[in-house]
Amino acid sequence: MTDHPDRRRVLECMGWAGGGLVWGLTGGVAASALLGGTASAKVAGATPFTFVQVSDSHIGFTKDPNPDARATFREAVAHIKAMPQKPAFILHTGDVSHLSKDQEFDDADQILKEAGLPVFHVPGEHDMLDEGQGKAFLDRYAKDSPAKMMGDGWMSFDHSGVHFVGLVNVKELKAGGMGHLGEAQLAWLKDDLAHRAASQPIVVFTHIPLWTVYQDWGWGTDDSAEALKLLARFGSVTVLNGHIHQVLQKTEGHVAFHTARSTAFPQPAPGAAPAPGPMKVPAGQLHDVLGVRTVSLVKSAQPLVVVDQTLA
Amino acid sequence: MRFLLPALCATAALALAAPAPAAPAPVSVKIGNFTFNAPVVTVAPGTTVTWTNEDDIPHTVVADDKKTFRSKVLDSGETFSFTFTTAGTYGYFCSIHPHMTGKVIVKAS
Repeated sequence: MTDHPDRRRVLECMGWAGGGLVWGLTGGVAASALLGGTASAKVAGATPFTFVQVSDSHIGFTKDPNPDARATFREAVAHIKAMPQKPAFILHTGDVSHLSKDQEFDDADQILKEAGLPVFHVPGEHDMLDEGQGKAFLDRYAKDSPAKMMGDGWMSFDHSGVHFVGLVNVKELKAGGMGHLGEAQLAWLKDDLAHRAASQPIVVFTHIPLWTVYQDWGWGTDDSAEALKLLARFGSVTVLNGHIHQVLQKTEGHVAFHTARSTAFPQPAPGAAPAPGPMKVPAGQLHDVLGVRTVSLVKSAQPLVVVDQTLA
Repeated sequence: MRFLLPALCATAALALAAPAPAAPAPVSVKIGNFTFNAPVVTVAPGTTVTWTNEDDIPHTVVADDKKTFRSKVLDSGETFSFTFTTAGTYGYFCSIHPHMTGKVIVKAS
């Protein structure tokens, strides 16, 4: 049992090449993956599967530094279509829309449809701004979701031995608080994980970070400790989120946290500005701070390679 | 007394001339840099408070109990008004960015 969590050592390898960041995690084997389109192929010689994370498309945003978030989302989708290895699916980690308007959701769906891949959605707080406070999002995405949405939209599914969990932490936020999962969702998560082997790799995807990146800006989730307790016994847990429009990573034990770039606009580093509003960048540099993420998993050695690529 | 008398007369004249009590002057709260400016306002009963979003990102104005008042989403430049008729302390926040909080204290002057 080469992947027993007790024997498992999680190694992180980070490097820069071609504007993309590679972050490799393996069980017992160092997977130092470098960019250049062959990152996943360097690992163990097994046939990997790849999926894509897109986030914070904010369709409807028209202000500085991006007057047309639709156009940059289209570019992100074109980027996905041009990938040498066809991804298995796309995770959209929220803020599909800017103001939860039907037209914004319609346009986002139309653009994303061009990728020709299944899409799993979890909402961001900007997707909860309709009269029904998230009903429009749920009505729209629950009916065609590749995995059954439960409660406010949380879900789980399996792919090639990896267990994926989509969590909703933008519903019923409280004054002075941060993101919130709530008791009902945590009870569901407990049941969902209860009978799974600790050796099964877990990928959690959600909108707001599950680690407290910066409390003063609400960049965290109030009750994430409860969820992380349930995930602690697993040997490989990868948490993917959006919300803060920049790439940050952190590892705690067997849990690796990755925040993703937006396809619409960047936000400042935690505490680096008076407020977390859109960061202004010269027009020629916008594509350097927008991006998509690919994640590749190799079954034999159970590595996971996260590659963040800009739209430049 | 010699000095006070004219002042008293003036006050009495004003009182006689004053119309029926008008609604208190409205109060404005600007939203900028992910902050309610001013975060605490004290007003008389009957005061209308208007919030204006001057940020380049949308915000909301929602009572802590989520019932007393709740704006729709306010895009840049949009406003929300609420008239406070009853004395009390009303905490509120932005439901999109809940670290943004404010308070309206309503009491007779």
